[in-house]
This record gives sequence, structure tokens and C-alpha cells, in this order.
Amino acid sequence: MVEMVNRPYASAFEAYAVKNPEVLCLSADLTSSCEIDGFRDRHPDQFLSLGMAEQNMMSFAGGLGLAGYRPFLHSFGVFLYRRPYDQLIASVAYPRRKVRLMGFLPGITTPGGMTHQAIEDVAIMRSIPNMSILETGDATEVESICEAADSIDGPVYCRVLRGSIPRLFDTPIKVGEMRELATGADVLVVTSGIATEEALRARDALSDAGVSIRHLHIHTIKPFNEQALLDHIGSVGKGVVVLENHVIAGGVGSLVAEIMAENGVGKPLVRLGLNDTFAHGGSRGYLMKHYGLDAGALVRGIERVMGIETGIDEAALLSARVEAVHSAVKAEAL
Amino acid sequence: MRNKRSTEEVALGIRRRVFEHSMRNNGGYLSQACSAAEQLAFLYNEALNLGEPVLPAVPKPFAGVPSADNSDYVTGAGYNGPFEPQFDRLFIAPAHYALVAYATLIETGRMDPEGLEMFNQDGSSVEMIGAEHSPGMEVHNGTLGIGLSTGAGLAFGRKRRGDRGEVCVFMSDGEVQEGQTWEAVQAASHHGIDNLWALMDVNDQQCDGAMDSVMEVRDIAAKFRAFGAVCVEIDAHDLDAMRQAKAEPHEGQPLIVLARSSPTKGMSFLQRRFPRLHYVRFKSDEERAEMNVSIAAELGVEPVELETH
Repeated sequence: MVEMVNRPYASAFEAYAVKNPEVLCLSADLTSSCEIDGFRDRHPDQFLSLGMAEQNMMSFAGGLGLAGYRPFLHSFGVFLYRRPYDQLIASVAYPRRKVRLMGFLPGITTPGGMTHQAIEDVAIMRSIPNMSILETGDATEVESICEAADSIDGPVYCRVLRGSIPRLFDTPIKVGEMRELATGADVLVVTSGIATEEALRARDALSDAGVSIRHLHIHTIKPFNEQALLDHIGSVGKGVVVLENHVIAGGVGSLVAEIMAENGVGKPLVRLGLNDTFAHGGSRGYLMKHYGLDAGALVRGIERVMGIETGIDEAALLSARVEAVHSAVKAEAL
Repeated sequence: MRNKRSTEEVALGIRRRVFEHSMRNNGGYLSQACSAAEQLAFLYNEALNLGEPVLPAVPKPFAGVPSADNSDYVTGAGYNGPFEPQFDRLFIAPAHYALVAYATLIETGRMDPEGLEMFNQDGSSVEMIGAEHSPGMEVHNGTLGIGLSTGAGLAFGRKRRGDRGEVCVFMSDGEVQEGQTWEAVQAASHHGIDNLWALMDVNDQQCDGAMDSVMEVRDIAAKFRAFGAVCVEIDAHDLDAMRQAKAEPHEGQPLIVLARSSPTKGMSFLQRRFPRLHYVRFKSDEERAEMNVSIAAELGVEPVELETH
């Protein structure tokens, strides 16, 4: 049984920030929702409430960066790029301020529906010059996200998980690297964020069906180690499947496609994610199944690349981690 | 650094320089010199505590945008002096006032007149819309409404560090149509950022014309006060009033000075163009010649020698 860690960001941020006085904690009225309420209460001098006014928060953070501080902006991912996009470009990205954008509720990890679901954030951020992108996929990565983000010489956007999170890895994020989770020879599976847990759910069933999987977990989306990916693709015989908690266009699947195309890699590629659609509000499990982001969808993608039918059905997949929408381990309903 | 000339002389010099440049270059941001000459002269010549320039008097060409590979990148802030705790910092929020700001740098001895010859030339850092790397600029403000927020963040950080220097944002009144301006004022007030002040050119003009016809903003002084700033309204062409306004106590609050200006001050000919004053182009060679003679006379200079078309 996988270890579940409760609110790892809360303690990780606090531990990191108190050791780094030039880190400032900024919040836009989602303080408990981003698990920094304890930090606010214990370290009020290092905490700035900027209210429900993200445009100002973004430019203000640019000014703090100019003054030599490294502000960590806490909000839901959507509120860090949709409304304040102009400010993100002019006040943060262009001048390469050391602003750390901690975007909670990536993709469909919220029942809040379209307004709360950051489903195209990676595509946006990938296209912004000077921007780096990190994504957390387990508790250990959440625990190491602050130090990893703060090591970057420039702005960085992080997809951060909150609440009760499984511990899948035992080593911290090393910026610029990727995790090799399996080294099989048939299909390369590339996942990021919560999609990695889905891939792990399918691992035993695929093995039993005789499919040899090579599996990469991506925590650093930009910058990206292109050669490492190409080497892994070269090590599989059939092709590549990417699963991500994001729209297919512009995300990790697109990144992989671009690298394959530019390097003349003639292997099949299946990209799984939200297929040119918005999502609606619902539980994570429901949404992942409904929109084809779960372990079952990944198996179907692998079958397409392999040109086989594995016979793997829902029952064969490890039981999904069940978490009620209004579970007590969440900071709040949204 | 203090200029030997009076602020009145600097203001007149700004108008003359912008006029001559616009005549030669078939138009320009003339009206902004009319409205803002005293304000920018006041900032550079007496209000701000700035160090000696640390960048060459003749600006270097554009040297690339900020990137991990461009380690030599510098902003144009060096024309305002070094970043030291005791010195003030200035943002020119309406970046289209760049021509007026560059003229001010020249009039206060911070840039050579040659610098203006590079204005809007390909490959030059002396850009038409002031960029971070343009002389006297420190941040990009071409997207209107972001300057005061950035200034507030910088001021908060400087205060936290114990810097004595203040942060000044030169603004334009069109920016009050942007919601972010109000977000910035409420944040500066909430956090007691009182090492921040703004001087706003209230010329009642914007790109489409008179502000009242584009979007009424009503009593902005009352609005600034309601959002938590200390706000003083003055005649933008009255330097004594400006000095007095700058001295207004504003402990625990940002100070906003609304400088109500004439968009044709010193160049009465432009009244014929009202209310389309944002960027003045010549309608005909005849108009250009007439404007040349009329404004030159008002500014007390010889008409500009125009090349024949």
C-alpha cells in the first residue's frame, strides 16, 4: 500500500522559507487553499496578503524581484496566468525576475470546473521565453518543489499538488532531469504529474499481458533534456505513448512530438490528455475516466501503438485511489 | 546630481527639443511634451535624488533581450544613476512619453543630444515606446497600468531592506481606466508603502481623443483617496505647486500628485488638432510649414530647417 502524505507543501514551504529570508510568501486570497495558512500565522513578517487582485500581485512580485527578493506566488494555477497574463509577460517573464509561481489544482484535480482547472497552463508557459516549468507528481516532489524552483535563475511556473498525496519516489526533484521508472523494450510511456500514478496502476497488468514498458516521469518540462528522451525512444521497438493531465495541444505530448519530428524519429506516437476540450466539475476519478486520462485510457493507447489487444480490463488494473470530493484531508471543498 | 539650470529652463528645453525632433521626423508625441515638460523637468532637476549616470552618454545599440544567454544585459536605468540605497528610482509608466523622457535626459546632462538622433532607428536602444533597455527606463511599461504595481513591489522591497531612497512612478491619467491601477493603490495603502509616490500627468487625453468621450473616469482624486492614497491636485505648469505637493506628508500611505495639464501648453498651434493629440502627424506640407513657424515663435527658437520632399 502506497504511503499517503498529508499536506506536504505546507511543511515543505515553511521549512524552506524560514531558511531563506529573501523568499517572500505572497497570497491572493487562497491562503488555506494553497496550504500556507500556517506559515501566514507563524511568520507574518514574511507573508504578504495581496488580496483577490492577481494582476497587481504579478507586477508587484516583479518589483519585489527587482528589489532582490524571490517571491513565491500562491494561487490556483489558472489565476496565475489567465487573468494576469500581460503582467506575467511584462513584469516577470521578460525581465527574468526570480518569481516562483506556485500553481495549485493543475488540470482536472479540482471539482471547480472550467474556471478552476488549469488545463492549458503548460502550453502557455512553454511558449513564454525565459520561463521554466516544473510539475509535481508525488509527495516527495511536492516536498522538494520549493528548493527546486528557487534554484532556477529566472521565473518558474510549478504545478503543485495539495492535500493527501501518495509518495511514489524517494529522491527529490533534480531540475532538468527525468525519472526512469521502468526500462522495458516495447513501448515508451511518458507521464507527468498525476498521470504517473495512473501509469503505475497499469504496470502489473501490462507486465502480465507481456508488454514491456519503458516509463519516464517528467517533473521538469522546461528546460527539457531532449537527448535523454531520444535515447529512451531509441531503446523501444514499438513507439511512444504520452499521458498528461492537460490538453493534448502544447503540453508534454506536443513536446515529445516536436522532438521526435525534428529528429526524424519514425515511430508511432499516441498523445493522451484532454482532447481539445474543456472539462467540467467533478471528482478527480470521474474526470480522469470521463476524459480518458486514467490507467484504462493509457492501456488503450499502448494497445494502439503495439497493434494488439491486451485484454486488460478495469478489474485488472490496481484499484484506484479513492478520495471523496469533500474529503477531510483537503484544505476545503474547492 | 543637480543640474545648473532652473527647472523652468529645463522644461522649455524639453519642449524645444521635442518640437524640433517632431518637425524633422514628420510628427511625434508633441502633446506629451506640452503637458509633461514641467513634470519631467521637476523630477530630474530637483525632486529626485539620483546619482551620476553609469551608462555612456551616447547610448549603445540594442544589445539583445534578457535571456539566460545574454549575461551582459542591462536596462536603461543606468541613465538615472546607480542602484544605491540612498538614491531614488523612477519608472516612466506611460512608455510612449519616451521622446519627452529622452529630451529630459539630454536637458539634464544625462544623455548626449546625439542620443535622440537614434530615436526609433532600427537596431537602436532609443526606442519609440520606451523599453527596459531604453535610456532612463528600468522596466517595461508599454502595457499601460502595470507601472504603479511594479513600483509598489519595488518600494515594499526597498523599505524592507531599509533603503532610504524612494520609488517614484511617473504616470498618465489614461491609466486610471485600467483596473490594475486601483489594485496597486489599494495594495500600497494596505501595506503602508509610503516610500512610493506618483506624479500623474492629467491631460485628459488618450489615444482615441478626450478621455470624457472615450471613458469617463470622474473624480479621480476622490477615488485615489477612497482607495487609500494621499492625493494632491495641482496645476501641472506651476512648479511651486509641484514642490509643495511633493512635500505633502503621507506617512503610511502612497502619495499621488495629480498634475492637471494642458496638452497644448507652449504649442498653442496644436489646439487646432484637439482632441486628436496622442500622436501628431502633419496633414500636409503646408500645415507642417505653418506649424513649424508658429510653434518655433512661441518657443522662442528659429523654425526648423525642413528638407524638401
